[in-house]
Amino acid sequence: MSTGAATGTDPGATVEAEASARRGPTALRRFAARYRRQAPGEPRAVGYLYILPAMAVFGVFLLWPLGQTAWLSLLHWDGLTRATWAGADNYRHLLTDPELRAPFAHAAVLLLFYAVLPVAIGLLLTAALTRFRIRGMTFFRTVLFLPQVLAMVVVGVAWRAVLAPDGLLNDTLRTLGMGGLTRSWLGDHTWALPAVGSIGTWVETGLCLVLFLSGAQRIPRELYEAARIDGAGPVREFFTVTLPGLRAEIAVALTLTLVAALRNFDLIYITTSGGPGNATSVPAYEVYRRAFETGEVGSASAMGITLTAVIFALTMVVTRLVEGRRR
Amino acid sequence: MNTTRTERGVTYGILCLFALIALTPVAGILSTALADQDSLDTGFALPKSLNWGNFADAWTRGHFGTYLVSSVLVAVAVVAATTVLATLAAYAFGTMRFPGSNWLFYLFVLGLTLPQEAVIVPLYFDLRHWGLTNTYWGLILPQTAQSLAFGVFWMRTYFRNTPRSLLEAARIDGASHFSTLTRILLPMGRPAFSTLTVIVFMWTWNEFLMALVMVSDEAHRTVPLGLAFFQGQHSSDTALLAAAATLIALPVVLVYLLLQRRFIQGMLTGSAKE
Repeated sequence: MSTGAATGTDPGATVEAEASARRGPTALRRFAARYRRQAPGEPRAVGYLYILPAMAVFGVFLLWPLGQTAWLSLLHWDGLTRATWAGADNYRHLLTDPELRAPFAHAAVLLLFYAVLPVAIGLLLTAALTRFRIRGMTFFRTVLFLPQVLAMVVVGVAWRAVLAPDGLLNDTLRTLGMGGLTRSWLGDHTWALPAVGSIGTWVETGLCLVLFLSGAQRIPRELYEAARIDGAGPVREFFTVTLPGLRAEIAVALTLTLVAALRNFDLIYITTSGGPGNATSVPAYEVYRRAFETGEVGSASAMGITLTAVIFALTMVVTRLVEGRRR
Repeated sequence: MNTTRTERGVTYGILCLFALIALTPVAGILSTALADQDSLDTGFALPKSLNWGNFADAWTRGHFGTYLVSSVLVAVAVVAATTVLATLAAYAFGTMRFPGSNWLFYLFVLGLTLPQEAVIVPLYFDLRHWGLTNTYWGLILPQTAQSLAFGVFWMRTYFRNTPRSLLEAARIDGASHFSTLTRILLPMGRPAFSTLTVIVFMWTWNEFLMALVMVSDEAHRTVPLGLAFFQGQHSSDTALLAAAATLIALPVVLVYLLLQRRFIQGMLTGSAKE
């Protein structure tokens, strides 16, 4: 067809070519006009220049590696010798290999401890704490939020001391006469995962509480008074006034905590290294172990991509839930 | 509102209980750090005498002096680079209109929820190929890229919320877009900047995985990495371990106590996408 248009033997094509030539500049002009509808002197293309340095660093050290991870996830590679094509093999193994499925199951359990539990505790406490103005709120907020600013490495060291066989928790249990319950919490096959999860609950509860308390202060007092006049008890009051009023805060809290739960590498590395056995291995830790210790780069990459997809999907669900109800 | 005395009592009781829970492990570390080095007790018995020598020991025997230098260097560089690059980009995103600006902005926002695990593997092979592993650049550049997601997002919100009339007035007075930024918007935006600075500082200071992967020699080790190695070697030396942990946490906690509002504001807005 291009030959026809060039030699002019096909009249239909010539007309079409002319039309597109006419359409071209118009479309371009319209496009240009959209961005010319600006006050005179307002900067235009120079915007790209301002973005360029940031985009260069962001692109080379984040976006490009992200693409490479996707590529690596389609290969079998030990990090040293020549890679071979794997297709979807690495992803298929994630579904079929129990050893690869376990980390995701553990992550699901940790989601309960990192996200669901802190949000639930935060909401319950907020219900109890918003019935009057609290004095010394700055102090409480500072203390409750403190775990958030500590390095996870430090949190891990502190909690290892608490959970150690002769640590604070077992000492307390013994003093309370429940010596039978003592154990090496982080070395126990059944209890290691809940123990690590509890550390997460400790870190995230303060964040949720601080968020909800500040949100609850923005709920108009009149709503509570109206609910009370209508004869609502504390429970009804919570479900009809507090909970709907905190919708945006709940979404933020869920997003932050579930991302923290799934990005959980530092804490696992410091406290259990995935053990005992693989009782506390999580995807984030497994990516590191496979890529840099056991030389399964393809499998590690597939896991990293899947983890990213899970995080994006979950954050999207949370956002949808909140926006969906708002409409 | 009528609230009874018991209700008040219960409320403050709950708050104090949770404050206590938040502080207990921290207090444990502090008391262990000041305890006698020979005591094997990891418990909470208050040390009989304050052994400040543990800190000196951690500093010299644990090499935390060198690690702190690395950490400070990396943190300062990342904060400076992020602030400058994010401000420039956010200024364009927040005040100028050009084709593709939304699309480019969303690319940056993507970085807010992107886990490190999605990039760390090829990043290591790339940096090794470029000869940047075991250098400060190998820590600074990737962490700057990660912080830019928050930085651009945060600063764009600031630029968007400045009144448009202000920019127009500056333009009518003949200010170029660059001098509008440096003469008017930057001096006005001090609160936004200090939030950005403290948040990025904290993230960089506490960063562990990147340092673990990119650095294998002792000279470039940052403090969180140092602590992990220290734990591996001296796991029975609880007093020294606790002293080292305290040294790591101290700078961030001090800044946090001074500027807690900025910290909380910044960390809670990070996820609030439009």
